[in-house]
Amino acid sequence: MSERFDVIVVGAGPGGMAAAVLAAEAGKNVCLLDENPAPGGQIWRGYERESEALSPHRMEFLRWRRRLSATGCAVWNEARVLAAPQRNMLRVERQSQCIDLSYGKLILATGARERFLPFPGWTLPGVVGAGGLQSFLKSGLDVRGQRVVLAGSGPLLLAVAASLTRAGAHVLLIAEQASRHTLVHLGLHLAKLLPGKLMEGATCRWQTRKTPYRQDAWVVRAEGRERLERVTVRVSGKEEQMECDWLACAYHLVPNLELPLLLGCAVENGAVVVDEQQRSSVEDVLCIGELTGVGGLDKALVEGQIAGNHAAGRTTQAYELVPELRKHRQFVHLLEEAFALRAELRSLAMPETIVCRCEDVTREKLEACDSWRAAKLHTRCGMGSCQGRICGAATEFLYGWDAHSARPPVMPARVSSLAGEEERGS
Amino acid sequence: MNRDAKSNSFFITVNGQQVLAKEGMSVAAAILSARQISRKSISGEPRAPLCGMGICMECCATVNGEQHKRTCQLLCADGMEIEAQ
Repeated sequence: MSERFDVIVVGAGPGGMAAAVLAAEAGKNVCLLDENPAPGGQIWRGYERESEALSPHRMEFLRWRRRLSATGCAVWNEARVLAAPQRNMLRVERQSQCIDLSYGKLILATGARERFLPFPGWTLPGVVGAGGLQSFLKSGLDVRGQRVVLAGSGPLLLAVAASLTRAGAHVLLIAEQASRHTLVHLGLHLAKLLPGKLMEGATCRWQTRKTPYRQDAWVVRAEGRERLERVTVRVSGKEEQMECDWLACAYHLVPNLELPLLLGCAVENGAVVVDEQQRSSVEDVLCIGELTGVGGLDKALVEGQIAGNHAAGRTTQAYELVPELRKHRQFVHLLEEAFALRAELRSLAMPETIVCRCEDVTREKLEACDSWRAAKLHTRCGMGSCQGRICGAATEFLYGWDAHSARPPVMPARVSSLAGEEERGS
Repeated sequence: MNRDAKSNSFFITVNGQQVLAKEGMSVAAAILSARQISRKSISGEPRAPLCGMGICMECCATVNGEQHKRTCQLLCADGMEIEAQ
C-alpha cells in the first residue's frame, strides 16, 4: 500500500501541529502522523478530552486544533514510522498495516525525552520520570493526597510540581541539582531576553510555594520492598530521608534523534543542525522543536510555523518569524548552561546498580567496556526493546560514549510489518 | 456491561485485580494507580511504567492476550485484561 503527500509532518506536538496547519492552509496536501491516540504531544496531552478544564494552555491547543480541523490535513494517530526505504519515502505502521508514504517535504517534530541517570533503586516501581509523572497525571492517574518527591534538573521540575499541586498531590520537595548561582544567572538573562518565561517560572513557583525548592540537591537512592517507600536526598551536602509514594526524577531533556539520524541529518552537540528556515543537512527534510535544541513550547510553535510556511513555498512569511526564532535559540543555550549536570551525579550508581533497564546490565559490567559499541557487544547494554533510548543518554554522561545510532525498524514493530518490508525489497 | 453510565467509568483487570478506569485513561496510568506492575525484568525485578512517552518500554504488558503492548500509548477500554509480562 502506498500514498503520496506534498508534506508529511512526523510528531503532532505543538510544533508539528503548527507546521501542518501552516502548510495545509497554504493549500498543500499534508499528513500529520503521531504514535499517540490524539494530537497534542506531551505538553498538550489529554487536552483533546472534553472533560479537561479550559486553562490558557488548553485554549491555545484548541485554537490550533480548530485550525487543523478546518484544513484538509490528514491526521493519523497511532501511526509509527518504521523506516525510510528510499529517498522521499517513509514506511509507516498504522492500524496493523504497513504503508509507504512518499513526500515532497518532510518535517520532523519528534520532540524530546527525559534524561534518566542511574542511582540505587531507580528501577523500583514508584520511581518515574518528572515529565513521566505529569504524563500519567494527564492520562488519568489520580495523585490526590499522595506524597511526591520531585528531583533532577530543568525547568520542567517546577512546571510538574505546579501541575501535581493543582491536582491535589503533596509535593514534599523539589530537588534541583543545578546551583542557586546558575539559576539566578538564568533569571537575569531571561528578564531581558524572554520575560514571559521568567513569569511562567515565577507563577509555577507561586503555585508551589508550600514546597521547598532546593538547589544543589539530588536523590542519592530510592528504597523499598517491591515498591518505592523512601528516598534519600542530598541537600547542600547533608543527607535526608523522606517517605513518599512517588519519586519523579529526570535530568532535563534530550532530543529524540532516531528518525533524523536514520535519514542522515547532521547532528551537533546532541541536536539536529538546521538553518533559519529549519532545513536540515538532508534535502527536503526540515526539523523543528526540541530536535533542534530543547527550548520548549514557544520555540516549537515558532519553528513549526517557519517550517510549515517554508514547506509550502511561503518563504516571506517564514522569514518574518526569524527575529523571534533567534531569541528562542538563545534560550536553548541559556537552559543548557544553567542545567548542565554536575560531576557528582556520575558517582551515584553503585557497581551493582542497573544501568540498562531492558537487559539488566549493571554498572560493574559496563566498567570493563571502553565504548558504546563494546558495551553492546559484550554486555547487551542498549540492545533491549528501548534500543538504548534510556541507557544511551546515561552512558553518554557517565562515560562520554557516543550512543547515537539508528537503524530500521526505528521502533519495535510487528513481524508482519517487517515481513511486508522484505517482500517489497525482493 | 461493566459500564457506569453516569461517570464514564468501567472496570478493567490488571494482574487479576479489578480496577476502575475512566474514559480517556491510559492503560499505564491504570496500572500505576492500582500499584500494579507491567513486567518482570530479565533478572526478575518488578517494573512499572517509567517515562510515560512511549520511549522506555517499561510499560509493555500483555493486553487482551497480545504481548508487548506499549500501555502508555493505549487507552483503557471496558473489560480489558492486562497481565504483566
